[in-house]
Amino acid sequence: MIAASEPVQRPGDAKLLFVRRNGFLEHRPREDWVRVLQPGDLVIANDAATLPASLSGTHLPSRRAIEVRLAARRSLEPTRVDHFTAIVFGAGDFRTRTEERAPPPALTAGDELELGQLHATVERLLDHPRLAMLHFRGSPGEIWAGIARHGKPVQYAHIAKPLAIFDTWSAIAASPAAFEPPSAGFVLSWATVGSLAARGIEFATLTHAAGLSSTGDPRLDARLPLDEPYNIPTVTAEAISRIRAQNGRIVAIGTTVVRALEDAAWANGKVPAGRGLARLRIGPETRLRVVDALLSGTHENGTSHHELLRAFVPRRVLLRMDEQLDAHGYRTHEFGDSVLVERSGLRLEGP
Amino acid sequence: MQRIDFTGIRVAITGGTAGLGLALVREFLGRGADVAFVARNPEGVVRVAQEYGRAHGIVGDVSNKEDTHRIALQVLGALGGLDVLINNASDLGPVPLQLLADTQCEDLERALATNVVGPFRLTKTLLGSLAAAARENRGAVVLNVSSDAAVTPYPRWGAYGASKAALRHLTLIWEQEMASSAVRFISFDPGDMDTALHRAAIPEADVSSLKRPENAACEVADVIAAALPGSRRESNAAATLQTA
Repeated sequence: MIAASEPVQRPGDAKLLFVRRNGFLEHRPREDWVRVLQPGDLVIANDAATLPASLSGTHLPSRRAIEVRLAARRSLEPTRVDHFTAIVFGAGDFRTRTEERAPPPALTAGDELELGQLHATVERLLDHPRLAMLHFRGSPGEIWAGIARHGKPVQYAHIAKPLAIFDTWSAIAASPAAFEPPSAGFVLSWATVGSLAARGIEFATLTHAAGLSSTGDPRLDARLPLDEPYNIPTVTAEAISRIRAQNGRIVAIGTTVVRALEDAAWANGKVPAGRGLARLRIGPETRLRVVDALLSGTHENGTSHHELLRAFVPRRVLLRMDEQLDAHGYRTHEFGDSVLVERSGLRLEGP
Repeated sequence: MQRIDFTGIRVAITGGTAGLGLALVREFLGRGADVAFVARNPEGVVRVAQEYGRAHGIVGDVSNKEDTHRIALQVLGALGGLDVLINNASDLGPVPLQLLADTQCEDLERALATNVVGPFRLTKTLLGSLAAAARENRGAVVLNVSSDAAVTPYPRWGAYGASKAALRHLTLIWEQEMASSAVRFISFDPGDMDTALHRAAIPEADVSSLKRPENAACEVADVIAAALPGSRRESNAAATLQTA
């Protein structure tokens, strides 16, 4: 696939690969995605707004330049911003592919970091020289102000010019909780949200703190996704149980929505309202309990997102999807084209 | 009459360190709301935040595009969401007021940036949160502070009047377009008030003839309460009956 290099959320020529329940593949313009849903469906999107999670600064013990990328937080509570899991890079910026970025100076518990007006301490390393738990000093208001004023969105080497923060917020972005954009939601405009209702399709949201998608380090990437907190509003939980009772389908916009809903339903198949911490990794062996279809970006083989698709379709269908995405010049990454995958009625093989 | 309670309602106010904005901060705090306010001057923000301990002060300039998301992040970080946005920050244009023929382009541009484009950007950025509040049946309101200069073409009020007319028109169109999302948009003219902005416009005005900003702030709160979901009004009606 081709890397999407322009930060346009809804390019006029965006494509959609529609994968039907029976494994039949269909190429359509992406704007058709509402048309291929059915009245009575419930569409659920992730309304997390994206934090400017890249903080440049100095590792004070060595006086060397570093870039800190905030990667995870244990809670969505707005006042709990004193601890973040972070990935630390050495000098340089996003113009260098993450795979080739210099390592940070050797980090030790207690090291002080100066990140613009923010001050953080390395609380401990998390079994990897780049991955650390950081403790930020100050009141929640001071920490929010520091992130807002000094942070930059996590950038991508495949995008020519630096992303501005407004490039990373979807139209429905609400809670500042994500570390990279829940980019499947870029398909949503307010006109689209309106057109769902006109077709008899319900719309609801949840908040899931989408973490970093890639670190450039194979050992770290193997640990992704990290645990991610989520919140399911009462109205959303109620809509899910109402739609399921009416035999409607649950359509997730983005893999983060799948992860939140399936994690929440893990205990007994029901989706309760409230907060949770998604630990579930979804792959070929996962039996989906809630989500019937997924609208997502296109994902390359070997990523955790690609792995997640195997819970929806058998491997042979996924292979055909990958072939078709390549053959038809689909664009990948955050601003790329989309797939809409109905959960297979075919037998899913084992791993 | 008993004042309608705003406990648990999350309110953001721009231009919150002087005039009507400061009166709004006090009014909503007094009614139990969670309040974040925005202003350009860091000292003013610190002063108001210290004086009213429960208010979250945010330094930012709504006319500056780069500040839009910085302000939004801090509002949402402080309040954990948003139910009410009050676009109150205003720029008068040239001071003293000028004929349009004598108005510098830069003065007109600044008035448009502060009074039209800034509120548009901030509203658009916070719309996801407001719509989420509306979906959760909390209700959501954007109130844009208007002026009689938005409807009447007063000579020498060209920059301000044209910008407020544009803001009022945007508000009316927002209200129609977002009706299905249950986010309400209100254009509100508080009348001539005893504020620094009014003194800059009409230094010779008789202060005793002007409305006190506190009274206008109380009216704003009542207008917003009326646009929030019914239970709030009904509980107030019940409270009023009890006191009657």
